Amino acid sequence: MAVTDLEAPAVDGAPSRRTVLPGNNPPAAPAVARVLGKWSKDDSLLLAGVVMSSLATTALLFGRLTPLSGRLGFVVVFFGIFLVTYAVMTSFTESGPSVVDRVMTALLTSAAMVAMFALGSVIVYVLYRSFDALIHLNFYTQDLSQAGPLTPLTEGGMLHAIAGTLIMTFLSLIFTVPLAVTCAVFLNESGSRSASFVRTVVTAMTALPSIVAGLFIFATFILVLGFERSGLAASLAISIMMLPIIIRASDVVLRLVPGSLREASSALGAPKWRTVWHVVLPTARSGLTTSVILGVARGIGETAPILLTAGYTSTMNLNPRSNAMVSLPLAAFELVRSPQPDQIARGFGAAALLMILVLILFSIARLLGGRPVGHLSQRQRRKRAQQSIDDLARIERQRNLREHGLSPMSSPQHAPAGAPNRR
Amino acid sequence: MTTTLRENDVDAPAAAPRELVELQGPSDRAFTAITTTSGLIVLALMGAVGIFLTFEAFDALRSVGFSFLTTQKWEPDRNEFGIASILWFTILIAGVAVAIALPIAIATALFIVEVVPARFRSWFVALVDLMAAVPSVVYGLWGLFLLQGQAIGLSRWLNSWFGWIPIFRVDGADPGSPLANATVYSASTFIAGLVVAMMVMPIQCVVMREVFSQVPPGEREGAFALGSTRWGMIRVVTLPFGRGGIIGGTMLGLGRALGETIAVFLIISPRFDITPHVLEAGSNSVSALIALRYNEASGFGLSALFAAGLALFAITLVVNFTASWFVARSRSGASSEA
Repeated sequence: MAVTDLEAPAVDGAPSRRTVLPGNNPPAAPAVARVLGKWSKDDSLLLAGVVMSSLATTALLFGRLTPLSGRLGFVVVFFGIFLVTYAVMTSFTESGPSVVDRVMTALLTSAAMVAMFALGSVIVYVLYRSFDALIHLNFYTQDLSQAGPLTPLTEGGMLHAIAGTLIMTFLSLIFTVPLAVTCAVFLNESGSRSASFVRTVVTAMTALPSIVAGLFIFATFILVLGFERSGLAASLAISIMMLPIIIRASDVVLRLVPGSLREASSALGAPKWRTVWHVVLPTARSGLTTSVILGVARGIGETAPILLTAGYTSTMNLNPRSNAMVSLPLAAFELVRSPQPDQIARGFGAAALLMILVLILFSIARLLGGRPVGHLSQRQRRKRAQQSIDDLARIERQRNLREHGLSPMSSPQHAPAGAPNRR
Repeated sequence: MTTTLRENDVDAPAAAPRELVELQGPSDRAFTAITTTSGLIVLALMGAVGIFLTFEAFDALRSVGFSFLTTQKWEPDRNEFGIASILWFTILIAGVAVAIALPIAIATALFIVEVVPARFRSWFVALVDLMAAVPSVVYGLWGLFLLQGQAIGLSRWLNSWFGWIPIFRVDGADPGSPLANATVYSASTFIAGLVVAMMVMPIQCVVMREVFSQVPPGEREGAFALGSTRWGMIRVVTLPFGRGGIIGGTMLGLGRALGETIAVFLIISPRFDITPHVLEAGSNSVSALIALRYNEASGFGLSALFAAGLALFAITLVVNFTASWFVARSRSGASSEA
């Protein structure tokens, strides 16, 4: 029995010597949720009819039948009538659980709509209130040093706050990004118990109250070390806020780099740092950029730490090491507390600029982060292909060199061993 | 990096895993040293936050001792200060915020994962993420100038119909009078809580969506195959599966709500007596107190503020650790982001 077992491959000969790739049974495709359930024309018509009828009923209640009033009340009463009508209408054709399902679906949808409406109202309202300030060109080219609270909007602007925001953000990026990425690499590559402890602490710190970060820099940098309030102190405070956020997001991204890539690199004999530098970080590049941008979007809007560490000024200050430096959120915060309508409009203008800045950063992050880790764009793929062709040419060249130069030494050794194997 | 096999293991039975010994070259040792150092620096920075706060708060805490937790005043110059009422209002604002945000967050997360057609899903995901990214000062302006005017009507309505419930009572308000003064309802805990709810909702929603989307398709389809409706499936599969995420996300939002500064500062007018009436004018929070007083405070007053900051820091840390514990412990937690 054992003999036949052993002999079977020997007769065939070749298969036992050939390397068998494990690719014959590909790994099962990951489970993907199927689209279930359907939404027929009947359902849409029923929904439209119910919305119309409850709208009409509510209007009747508010205008004619009862002394109800108020916009919010209208919406609430309409929603109540809508739910009841919808349930009754559905119950004509569907069974009990199905009615509950329809009503709950309507509830879930309207909750999401409420959230979206709130977001929309924030954006539209801030843009609307800031419109008067934003249409004047001087809002982007002047600071507030010449413009008092009673100066009209045609004078004075937010240039000093824009410059302050950019300087503080740039400085805190310099402080955080190298440390954050190195620390994320540590969390992923070391695998020790201390790494998981650091990860726990960093996770807890992502929700550090921003005022506490400001207090910390205030206590150390200003009270103990004796520096004055400045843009540098503010960017340090923002860095304390941003650091855990970027580490956390980068850690998640690095964890998504396929282990097979790391192992392949190690198997080719690359030391660990080369694996990280040439394989792990480039693979996760778009995700890392996204996490940095999201950290910036968070840090750029922080007001409380800047309030404590930078102070408020209405003049341009490009030197982060001395004197007060103002940023957009702080300017918005200080200006809207004035009773003058023009100052309030300026405050809203600063808030709108900040919001637009965050929107832009956010869109860039979405564009970069839309692709999963390790998936390349068309251009990147062409670049990789070209690199691969170049590598092949280089290897060919070296082999040619070796064969012409070293052939007497290498070929006789290989010939006897290789010959019997080939048929 | 060189990998060597131990000599004596060659004869060992092949079934046992062989022991690998890794010899690190100098470049790798430097790499390990650098990354480990960066981890330690981050750890030290985070530890320093707590240590320095304690160090600066020490003077004030030693001076008033345990009464720091029970005094309802903030007069450091007369050595009478404590965070009892401030902490109470901080928690009350956060509680109102979470009570309003939680149902919307769960419903929006369920909507995104289960209801919305796949084509539009990424839109809603992006919108909720964007909502989380809007700076708090923007929410503060919106709350102060737009929401406050709208919410006063709601406050009055709640007070006149549900005033018999203690938390909705407003001292000094007369719902029957047509000339009633709106200022008794403004700058209240309720309005501050509404604005903070706007900031907390997306944070909770992101965590919950993450967890809900990890429900194994097999279990979902199993529920459908047994004749369940979509809501039935959500009730028996999605919600139980995501329970850890719901609790963790809620706690994470609570941590954020406790520490919110600028929006609360813009809306409330400070008061120092403990009251459960959330609709009544006046409220307080630790962070708003710090933002209000840091400038005028003397050395000792500053130390008192540091003590308040330390208390806030400790509470948020406890809340956040609990949150991540819940998320990590849940069935879905192993790979979730929170």
